[in-house]
Parts: sequence; structure tokens; C-alpha cells
Amino acid sequence: MQALLQNLIYGVQLGSLYALIALGYTMVYGVLGLINFAHGDVYMVGAYVGFYACTKWLPFQDISVHPEAAWHNLGMAFITLMLAILLCAALGMLIERFAYRPLRNGLKDLDAHFWGFVIALPLTAKFITIASPFGLISFIGVGIVVGYVMRPLIKHLASRIKLTSSRLNALITAIGVSLLLENGGILLFGANPNFIPNLLPERKFNLPGGISVQSGQMAILAVSLFLMISLRYIVLYTKPGKAMRAISYDIEAAKLMGIDTDRVISFTFAIGAGLAGAGGAMVAAFTHIKITPLFGLQPGLKAFVAAVLGGAGNIPGAVLGGILMGVAEAFVAGSKYVSYRDAIAFCLLILVLLFRPSGLLGKNVVEKV
Amino acid sequence: MLTISNLTVFYGAIQALDSISLEVNQGEIVTMIGANGAGKSTTIRSISGLVRPRSGEIIFEGKPIQELPAHEIVKIGIGQSPEGRRVFANMTVRENLELGAYTRLQKKVEVSSDIEKMFTLFPRLKERERQSAGTLSGGEQQMLAIGRALMTRPRLLLLDEPSLGLAPFLVQSIFQIIRDINRQGVTVLLVEQNANQALRIANRGYVLETGNVVLAESAENLLKNDDVRKAYLGE
Ligand SMILES: Nc1ncnc2c1ncn2[C@@H]1O[C@H](COP(=O)(O)OP(=O)(O)O)[C@@H](O)[C@H]1O
Ligand SMILES: [Mg+2]
Repeated sequence: MQALLQNLIYGVQLGSLYALIALGYTMVYGVLGLINFAHGDVYMVGAYVGFYACTKWLPFQDISVHPEAAWHNLGMAFITLMLAILLCAALGMLIERFAYRPLRNGLKDLDAHFWGFVIALPLTAKFITIASPFGLISFIGVGIVVGYVMRPLIKHLASRIKLTSSRLNALITAIGVSLLLENGGILLFGANPNFIPNLLPERKFNLPGGISVQSGQMAILAVSLFLMISLRYIVLYTKPGKAMRAISYDIEAAKLMGIDTDRVISFTFAIGAGLAGAGGAMVAAFTHIKITPLFGLQPGLKAFVAAVLGGAGNIPGAVLGGILMGVAEAFVAGSKYVSYRDAIAFCLLILVLLFRPSGLLGKNVVEKV
Repeated sequence: MLTISNLTVFYGAIQALDSISLEVNQGEIVTMIGANGAGKSTTIRSISGLVRPRSGEIIFEGKPIQELPAHEIVKIGIGQSPEGRRVFANMTVRENLELGAYTRLQKKVEVSSDIEKMFTLFPRLKERERQSAGTLSGGEQQMLAIGRALMTRPRLLLLDEPSLGLAPFLVQSIFQIIRDINRQGVTVLLVEQNANQALRIANRGYVLETGNVVLAESAENLLKNDDVRKAYLGE
């Protein structure tokens, strides 16, 4: 009984994290019918924002030396969370603007310039170190020039390929963005694992029945729940939320209502990416897990499974799917089949899809081919 | 009010419109009739900015609009009730109407009073206010689609086959309502398969055949025209 409850608590906490990431998958799928495989990598970037904020950018104090700095550090942790949300939201918007929007609206000059800039980055990084401000400026300057030079070539290549919003194109683009973020991460953050040391006071609370909970776990659970409730409010009651629902039902009809769909889609990416970024930063700060540029793959994949499990495009479904998966994983991890803990996600997926192809809360619609 | 000149539209390699020109004057009801696949919806969708023409011009109140994004076109006063109604079935009737007022949602009082006006025009919708739009009958959905388009406060209303799939008595009342809307000062461009009814309420009509305008005359003359009677009025 005690082990059961303990696993359940751990599972719900883990699941709330999967749910947080799954929401981004499901919202983007809802509005665009696109699986944004780069989403797990945004989670990774969130973890790195957490890492840099905690160890370099913000004046955290070592609580093993100054135990009285706990409140100060808690305040800094809050700023870290905000930074992760904001920077990842911006990254999400950037991805939408330059990777996915050209598939819908065609590749414009600015898009070609941007991609030229991106192509220039690894080349310039070989010759210029970006650590100094001067290095950073010349790095960006070279990128802009190279981008300008490459523009006609990129536009030419794009005109040779048919840019359409077909699912295959979108999928290839998503995988490309994912690889770009992972390898860009290696370039920028280095391939060696990093971790955040103890900055916050960590307590273990003993509950009746011999169960114990960690303060960090509870914080992740609480913040995730708060963010999910805020999201529900946004989607149901705010103007962009209404627009999101309209777009996910029928994007053309939404345009006929005067909805600026590009802007709302951008907003959707921002929210989804912000949630993933918050998750990444919290995991990095509270669990001291080793973070690497490939660290978003596994949770990203599991969150994707959670989104499909709950019914792609369905927001409560993503939360349900996430929690279900977290709990299942916790129970497997707590049993003698512990080596199967990462496999359970996919077993669940196969089982659910066999009996409910559109997911637990998804509508049973036949996919148009 | 609206002038289309030499509009040519392709879907990939398929040509849907071959340099068509047409005009709608302030206060008119103009109808576009033609067989399935003639290009009526494509014309309407080009005006609303949902498809981009390959060449040609669309001028609304003196300004070219063929490059504007769809939501801007709604803002400058062109509303559309699309073919197949396309109401937001997962939302209530009221929410659908509110979305029509999306660009001015913050003016709550104004929006509410506009919704009340829609309910006077379509009393059936008032009864179904809190019901989800997916549960409405075809005729009620059509009323909702028109009401939703009117909520954008258009000066030009584009209607794509509003009578499609409706019971005959409902067809009558839909055409009556279109007439009422027009009397209240909204110019109407009406696409119809039901050519007979459409020509009866319209001032002028265009006949489309495989992406070309083959006839452009007053509705009266078109009703008398032998070719039109044979091809579109089933005589
Ligand atoms: N999305 C589309 N993709 C390809 N071809 C289309 C598309 N929509 C319409 N067409 C073609 O364009 C032509 C005109 O269609 P449409 O404007 O819908 O005609 P109408 O409304 O008069 O029935 C038809 O030949 C149709 O097959
Ligand atoms: Mg049509």
C-alpha cells in the first residue's frame, strides 16, 4: 500500500511534466495539423536557460555556505522560470515564423535571408569565438552578410522544390528543425553534460503512512498544474483562445471572421514552447539531472505519445495522457520490470490505438487521405 | 463598389478562372450562376483573399485588394458566408456569432446588441442560442453562417450557395432574408445553383462556364434568355 501510494505520487509528478510538454504538441497539432517534432528540443533549450540562469546569469548564493539565502534564491528561481518561459516562447515563435510559415505562405526574401544566416552560423563559429561582445557582433554581422549572399540561391532552391503544406513536407521540416536545434545546441552549449547544483533548500516531507514527498517534486507538480489551469483559462475565455479554437476547427472559416490566423498560430507556438521551456528549466533546477543537447529527445517522444494517447488536438486529452503515462512509468519503474520503464509508453500507445484509434478523448473521425 | 478585371486563377496546374471581369454596384444584388465547377466559388474565394489570383485585379471602393490577407479584407467590409456553411460545430450558436465580431470583441455592449439584431433577423437562432452549432439543422446552420458573416458588419456580403441542400420552404425564406438584408443597405454578391430564385431577387446576373463569363445582363433579361432557360432553369 505504501509503495503503491509512493509510486502514484511520483507518477503524477512525472506525468504532470509530460502533460506540460504534451500540451505544446497537441495545441500545434490542433491549429495546423502538424506534429512539431522540434518541441522536445525546445524543452532542452528550456533546461539550458535554467542552467545558465542558475549558474551564470543570476546571483544565486550557495545555500550550503549561506543557508539564510534560501528566500533570495527562491526569488531568483522564479526569475529563472520566467526567463525560460519567455526565451522558449520566443524560440517557438521563431521556429513557426521561419520554418513552418513559408510552407503555408511561400518563401519570402526575409525567410531566405534568415536561412542563409543559419547556414552561416557553424561556418563562422569555426573562426570567431562568440564569448566576447566584439566576437558576438562580428559573428552576427558575418551571418547577415552570408545570409544576404545566399538569398538568391535559397530562393532558387525553394522554387525548384514545391513548397506546400503537405503533411510530408511539414514532417520533414519538423525533423530538420529538431536536428538543427540539437546540433545548434552542441555548438552553442557544448556536448558535455551539465547540471545545476543544489541552490534551493530541499526538504523531504513525511506524510502519514510512511510516504514521503520531496519539495522539488511538489514544486514541479504545483507549477505545472498552475500553468495548465492558466492555459485552460486562456483557451476558453480570452480572445486569442477563441481564435485558436476556431482555427483548429476550420482555418478558412476563421479567416472569414477577420482572425489574423498567422498571428494566432504564432501565439499558439509561443504558449506551447513556453510551457515546454518551463518544464525543462524546472527539471534541470529541481532534479539536478545531467543535461545535454540531446536531452529533449526522450521526454519529447514520451510527451508526443501522451498527446496521441489523449487524442491529438485535444487539450484535456494531453493532460490525461501525460498523467497516465507518468503513473504507468512510475509503476513499472517501481517493479521488478524496471528496465522496461521507457518501453511502457509505447506499449500503452499501441494498446490505446488498437481500441481507440483517435485517442482516449479524441473524436472518432476518419483521417482524410 | 467592386470591380474585378481579368482575374485568372490556377489551382496548381488546373485553371479555374480564365480572365474574368465583373462588377458589383453599391446597393445591388448581383448573382453569379453556372454549372458545378464553373468557377463561382473560386471567384468568391479570390475576393475574400482565400486564394491568390495568378493575374488580374480586384478593386473594392477604389483600392486594389488582391494582395491583402483575408482578415484585412474582412476588416474593410467584405463578409462571406462560404459554400457548405462551415459553422464552428464545436461551439455554441452565440459563440459563432461572437466570432463574427472578432475584431471588435472588446466592445461587449455593441457586440451584444448586434447579436440581438441577428436574433430578430433569425428568430430560430435565438431559440438555439446555447446549443452547439453542430446540432442545428441544415437550414439553421445556413442562417447561422449568414448571421456570422453579417456580424463582421460587411458593406458587401458574398453568399456562396446559401440554398444548397435546404428544403423548398426554407429556400423561400432564405431568399426573403437575403432581400431584407439588401434593403438594409448591404450590397450582395450571390452565387447560386438555384438560378431561378436567384435571378428573381437579383438586379443583374453573370453566367459562368468553365472559368469564363459567357453572359452578363440584367436579371430580367437572363430570365427571358432561351439559352439560360434551357441550361439553368430546366426548361
Ligand atoms: N482546391 C482545389 N484544388 C484543385 N482544383 C480545384 C480546387 N477547388 C476548385 N477546383 C477546380 O476549379 C474549378 C472551379 O471550381 P469552383 O470554383 O469550386 O466551381 P463552382 O463553385 O462553380 O462549382 C473546378 O474545375 C474545380 O475542380
Ligand atoms: Mg461552388
